[in-house]
Amino acid sequence: MSNRKNDSLLVKLSLGILSVVLSFASASANPPPEIAEPLKMIRAVGPEGRGNREASAAWKKLSESKAAMLLPILEAMDGANDYALNWLRAAFDAIASRELSSGAKLPLPELGKFLLDTRHNPRARRLAFELIGRVDPSTTDKLLVGMLNDPSLEIRLDAVQKAIDQAGQSLAASNNVGATLLFQQALSAARDARQIDDIANKLKDLGQPVDLPKHFGFLTEWKVIGPFDNTGNKGFETAFPPEQKIDFAAEYDGKTGKVRWQDYVSQHKYGMVDMNQPCGKLKEVTAYATMDFTSDRAQPVELRLGGKNSWKVWLNGKLLFSRDEYHANAEIDQYPMPAQLQAGRNTILVKVCQNHQVEKWTNEWEFQLRITDALGTPIVSAVQAGAEEARGAANNSPRNN
Amino acid sequence: MKLKLLALCLGGCLGLQAADWPQFRGPNGNGFSDETSVPTDLHVARNLAWKTDLPGAGLSSPIIIGDRVFVTCSGGLKQQRLYVICFNAADGKKIWERQFWATGRTMCHEKTSVAAPTPASDGRHVVAIFSSGDAVCLDLDGNLLWFRGLGRDYPNASNSLGLSSSLVVADGVVVAQVENESESFTAGLDVLTGTNRWKLDRPKDANWTSPVLLKNSPYSLVVIQCSKGVIAVEPATGKTVWEYAEGGSSVPSSTPSGGVLYVPSRGLTALQPGIGGEKPKQLWQANQLRPGTPSPVVVGEKIFALNDGGVLTCGETATGKRLWQLRLKGPFSATPVAAGVFLYCVSEKGVAQVVDTSKPEGEVVSELELGETILSTPSISSGAIYFRSNSRLWKIRKS
Repeated sequence: MSNRKNDSLLVKLSLGILSVVLSFASASANPPPEIAEPLKMIRAVGPEGRGNREASAAWKKLSESKAAMLLPILEAMDGANDYALNWLRAAFDAIASRELSSGAKLPLPELGKFLLDTRHNPRARRLAFELIGRVDPSTTDKLLVGMLNDPSLEIRLDAVQKAIDQAGQSLAASNNVGATLLFQQALSAARDARQIDDIANKLKDLGQPVDLPKHFGFLTEWKVIGPFDNTGNKGFETAFPPEQKIDFAAEYDGKTGKVRWQDYVSQHKYGMVDMNQPCGKLKEVTAYATMDFTSDRAQPVELRLGGKNSWKVWLNGKLLFSRDEYHANAEIDQYPMPAQLQAGRNTILVKVCQNHQVEKWTNEWEFQLRITDALGTPIVSAVQAGAEEARGAANNSPRNN
Repeated sequence: MKLKLLALCLGGCLGLQAADWPQFRGPNGNGFSDETSVPTDLHVARNLAWKTDLPGAGLSSPIIIGDRVFVTCSGGLKQQRLYVICFNAADGKKIWERQFWATGRTMCHEKTSVAAPTPASDGRHVVAIFSSGDAVCLDLDGNLLWFRGLGRDYPNASNSLGLSSSLVVADGVVVAQVENESESFTAGLDVLTGTNRWKLDRPKDANWTSPVLLKNSPYSLVVIQCSKGVIAVEPATGKTVWEYAEGGSSVPSSTPSGGVLYVPSRGLTALQPGIGGEKPKQLWQANQLRPGTPSPVVVGEKIFALNDGGVLTCGETATGKRLWQLRLKGPFSATPVAAGVFLYCVSEKGVAQVVDTSKPEGEVVSELELGETILSTPSISSGAIYFRSNSRLWKIRKS
């Protein structure tokens, strides 16, 4: 496609966004009558195959639609569950492929408007982005520049990568100041741990080291207690006293003697809370860590845990999730757990277990935890944020200048 | 003639043809093909029918139904993009592609991928499963028949190193082994709707083996293997018919051949199930036949165990006695497949090696350097052998 055509599409996209914003609610609620019933059937699918039989017939009908139905299918993704999203995307792909290969005209301006309206389902917007890119890759490439903070993690990943590549070009041209700025901009937008690591390494080389625990928002200041017994992995299901009540003054019978709460601050690059440090390198043991997180308001969040040991996490006394697996693999944000923070103090309790294995690669007895929004943007405790603000104000006071 | 007609009718009803390779390790789940036209002198210039790029990684084998080749891949952010692709076997051109978003965990060891399990087909449906626990059923034309998110439905059903158990389809049921340290189960899913026909709680152990079909009973049985041993269940009901509890490997899978089940247990153990579903009789146990990651393969009266380093050990199927050993260019993850007396072994470094098993000490008669890492087990159909890497699919056939 020529540049003129690209520019034309971009202009159409820009002009069209307002009308899409105005029609957002009604478009999703009123799909074209010929596909209303199939969409309803597909959106009704649920766990354990619920609705599959009906959805199968509906999918066949839906997938035979013309290109004009691509947009209503994307709109039907707003509010759909993850099972339904897969049915809808398969229909979208089938129609798009068939129409593309037959040379039919695709509703690119409408898809573009949908893409630019960030209130739509992020995955549906990514589908629109990819389909536009199949027809007109130079336009989607240009659009990426403005999509660094996109709510679609896939789009954001590409936009950040583009920014990283541009920073790399500045670096290759010996423009270190420019490269630093571009890397810092990319870092601020990045939500993928590998990209963050990549950028942090580049900035370190440029003399601008990144405070990774702070950047990720790992919770590093804890009170911990242990070891309790986990012989035969039975401690995982045993409710030791900290699960009944958190009492920092209390003393309990642990596996190797009396145990009491002690302060622990993680110095680990990725915020690992290493129970081998306060409790000793032990096997078949369990321990607890707790901390209070202050939220300035009630808000939905994700608690995101990474680690190789079995664990349980409670928020304000309610079990969020537990995982009974030892020494398989670990990564940042391995287990995202949707949760609701209350305004004010929120108590987090983590139980982390070590098993009997003695191989070198089974020494880890640890976890990392952070609180984020659904995109992975760290949410900082209001107490910590207040302290940092106070430190910043003090540092900026005339007395310190 | 009547018998032939009956066989044709049954074949048509079942939807599978003789040349189809409908699941991991082929129609009998043992890696053996009785085709005689598969090339034994591998050479790219002479034998390459076609090769095609793949959009994502995968250890799954291609399956072949009629003139169509089906492959699964995974890619994108955290390998959350799942692909099922259909190619034309004649020219390698893509016929259709379907993509899905993983609903379960996609974390896995860097050596494997989310597209590790091999799909399976009854000739009319293609069912694919991924390490994330997402399972999809499509017809041969790519129409979506059902979708399941087993990792979403059962939130602790995952392995942080990745799951890899392939599927089998029997009696209208897809058997999916989702065995792990936490929420461990094997399920029988209705092939028409994907709903649970049955769900068995299984030992809480990491397990990468695949189910195999035993066809020599009055009715088919599915053998499910884990570190405790194997159980044989009715595919339609999940009812356990017999059990062997003397231990088993959690990596290489059992191999059925000639009415005998060769189980990677204490080396290799040969079990002969009773035709009435009685507990199997142990024929022999051979410590010297010890498969690594690749599963054992039977060629005629010989059984082969390949270790990860590349030592191929040949034993007697009748006794388990070791006959000879041959060092191949390793290391190996892929299970060898066989056609006639030839064994096709492809190393992780992408070196396909053809072993003539009829020679007194075995002999490598041909090698083909594919030039890419290959962990996937090859497939055989209509005189061709298919190899796949993380980025490519090759069809090799006689010139």
